[in-house]
Amino acid sequence: MPSPTQRQSYDQAEPGTELAPRQYQVTRRDLVRYAGASGDFNVIHWNERVAKSVGLPNVIAHGMLTMALAGRFLTEWAGDPGAITEFGVRFSAPVVVPDDDKGATVEIGGTVAERLDGNQVAVDVTARSDGAKVLSRARAVVRLA
Amino acid sequence: MAINTDYIGRTFEPSEPYEVSRVKIAEFADAIGEPSPLCRDRAAAQAAGYPDVIAPPTFAIVVSSAGSAKVTHDPGLGVNYAMIVHGEQSFAHARPLHAGDVVVTQSTIESIRSAGNMTMLTTVTQIRTVDGEHVCTARSTLVERGA
Repeated sequence: MPSPTQRQSYDQAEPGTELAPRQYQVTRRDLVRYAGASGDFNVIHWNERVAKSVGLPNVIAHGMLTMALAGRFLTEWAGDPGAITEFGVRFSAPVVVPDDDKGATVEIGGTVAERLDGNQVAVDVTARSDGAKVLSRARAVVRLA
Repeated sequence: MAINTDYIGRTFEPSEPYEVSRVKIAEFADAIGEPSPLCRDRAAAQAAGYPDVIAPPTFAIVVSSAGSAKVTHDPGLGVNYAMIVHGEQSFAHARPLHAGDVVVTQSTIESIRSAGNMTMLTTVTQIRTVDGEHVCTARSTLVERGA
């Protein structure tokens, strides 16, 4: 896997290539930080009492934070945070974040699906947490070197 | 009150201009763990061919949320915010947002569909610079669980 400043080559991104999977920890502190950075202060992302009162098992991560982690996974592979030209996900299950030092573990992987014009590839992305598939229909178009 | 299907196709007023800043981009990159110097250091971004520090691809949600709040908080639309979850999200970028961009967002309700006791509200938000350059199209589906 390239270092953050080294770019992934289009010629070496054959369809079927598996991106090296990564694991990300998401703690309550990360949810607070993301709420501030994104401006999404929805209470289910920081208040356990309210999250449970609306039927959730616990505080859950912002769907957009999980999508951002998948985006970061792809741009680290590409070697350029500006490499993604299209990106879409369905939020299929919440990432449940317990109130402890470890938080939730989100496992992200990807597979090059097809080669496109303009040095772009389509990549199918998977994201799982605590045995659940948290993103589905997750696909990005990534411009490579 | 259910979500009002008369709103299908309605385009809302554009947002106020939003100035994309290096500080906010860096804060967002820190929050998602994006390590690239291109999201923090102007010289590094310019060496990579960008005009200034560039935003990670989902940063567009920070910009589009002001415009989309006009949609979800419209009293006539009838969204019950307490029963909403984010169902789907997509972005199509003409180019990355960068520090110095001044952008305006405008949202249109693309569809309102029911499935069982759930209602799906899909909104398309265009992000353009104040000079009219299209930068990003964001499409968001919110799912409202019925009572």
